[in-house]
Amino acid sequence: MSKKGDWVLLQNVILQPSERAPQVPEDTKQVPLKQWVKGWLTEDAEIGQEATARTRTGRVIKGTLVEEAPAYTHSFGQFIPELLKVQESIKTAMWGEEAQS
Amino acid sequence: MSDLSYQAVMGRKNQIMKAAVGLDYDQFELEGIAFDYERMMASSKLTIQEVMEVMHSFGVGNTPLVELKNITALARRHAKPGYGARIVVKDEACNPSGSFKARRAALSVHTAKQLGYKGVITATSGNYGAAVASCCAKAGLKCIVVQECFDGRGKGQPEIIEKARKCEALGAEVIQLSVGPELFYVFLRLLEQTGYFNASLYTPFGIQGVESLGYEIALQCREQFGKDPEMVVATNAGGGNLTGTARGLLQAGCKAPVVAASVDLKGLHMASDTQFNRKSFTTGHTGFGMPFTTWPDRSDVPRSAARPLRYMQRYVTVTQGEVFYTTEMLAVLEGMERGPAGNTSLTAAFSLAQELPEDAILIVQETEYTGAGKHQNAQLAFARENGITITIGDPSAQTPGESIVLPERPAQIKAVEVDLNRLRRSFINNAFGKDIKMPDAATLAYLAEEINLPHDQTRALIEHMLEESK
Repeated sequence: MSKKGDWVLLQNVILQPSERAPQVPEDTKQVPLKQWVKGWLTEDAEIGQEATARTRTGRVIKGTLVEEAPAYTHSFGQFIPELLKVQESIKTAMWGEEAQS
Repeated sequence: MSDLSYQAVMGRKNQIMKAAVGLDYDQFELEGIAFDYERMMASSKLTIQEVMEVMHSFGVGNTPLVELKNITALARRHAKPGYGARIVVKDEACNPSGSFKARRAALSVHTAKQLGYKGVITATSGNYGAAVASCCAKAGLKCIVVQECFDGRGKGQPEIIEKARKCEALGAEVIQLSVGPELFYVFLRLLEQTGYFNASLYTPFGIQGVESLGYEIALQCREQFGKDPEMVVATNAGGGNLTGTARGLLQAGCKAPVVAASVDLKGLHMASDTQFNRKSFTTGHTGFGMPFTTWPDRSDVPRSAARPLRYMQRYVTVTQGEVFYTTEMLAVLEGMERGPAGNTSLTAAFSLAQELPEDAILIVQETEYTGAGKHQNAQLAFARENGITITIGDPSAQTPGESIVLPERPAQIKAVEVDLNRLRRSFINNAFGKDIKMPDAATLAYLAEEINLPHDQTRALIEHMLEESK
């Protein structure tokens, strides 16, 4: 249970697949247009339920509660060995083999 | 309560926009397809000195011009004797929000404040969101940023997620959407609901802000190198970066040719849900660069102030792999870790410098900040997760959306020329719609300015197109 005042992420469907704009490519027409907005819950709610929240600019929004205390999890990703190799080859191209050994 | 359906909101587009930019675009329209571009650009009534003062008040601009001596030395090894221009970069990552977009935002937010708006909204998945958020923070205005961020599976582009984080760090509300041009509908609905200012990238204020960049480049180049640059390279997407820079150079009396550069993303559809996460660049690419160059008025205002075809002398493309490679070059040879998309113009410059003599100055007019998500490692890791193959080899042997090839050697970085006449023809076709005809003298003069050709050549080009259509 998320409490009133908790910082949460709400999701909405803005347009159903059948309502998508005519110029949209076929693959995009197969999926709805979705929206994600963060805010403070105005009443207690459960994950997966419809909820209401107040956003940072003071708008009141409705949507499905999808996440409590949403965090940033993006990163620099997995190790990419090709980039290390590229870095070494650039240094060699500039300063020569000897300077690198 | 007004009708909030897609059709109804789109139908109120002009009236919503008029209220949200504080500018009546009808006053600039001329007979037929033409409009008065220079009158529109003069509508802010600000001189370049006043623009510089606004920049200063937001802590924007005055970024260093840094000579890349090692990269220049490397480029010279692949040029004929006596060739290889001095490559100099304008380190725009030093702006408060980490990119040149701060200049665009400063004048827009300043205008919003002057006109008495309580808040500002912008529709962007790029650095511009953070720029608007940053300026709103300083001006004490509310800020909403609307982003296209996720595909239909809910998988987000790491670079756009990072930009959302930065907007939130600067106090803004961020609204994230899945792929689709109907973002514009959501945007219009929000403008109507809030009564906020539309900090469009394409208003005269937005572009006039970038004029400060071209102006500074000319002045700093004269001070540091005792002369004007021989060439300026600008990354081209929506066209505002190039347009503003070129206009600023001209205001300083600098006639250096401006070259447009974009990452080649040929074959990928920008509104495709399944292709959205198969590109490793979210801006600076041909997916925006080509359509906005050949028809600027596809933007979110009736007449875009970003009209790059008026100012570009050449247009070149580079590959995703080449830009990632050059980003590593900037890090390990110059000690500058910067974001990859901002290095599109640097990548082109490495190749273009080899065409110019050694005493020439070639200015790369931007860099951008880097960090989690917004980094070549993050982008390549994400590409690999999405089934894109990543190899080291010949960078020209790549297919956007399927493979990325990092060069083996610096010599493999080659800017590829785009035929400007093909873009000019496309512009003319778009301007006329289906009904292309030989224009009257006034319209011909307008088109000649739009495609940057003398009147007689513009006439000949249209005659040729009419002949072909028979």
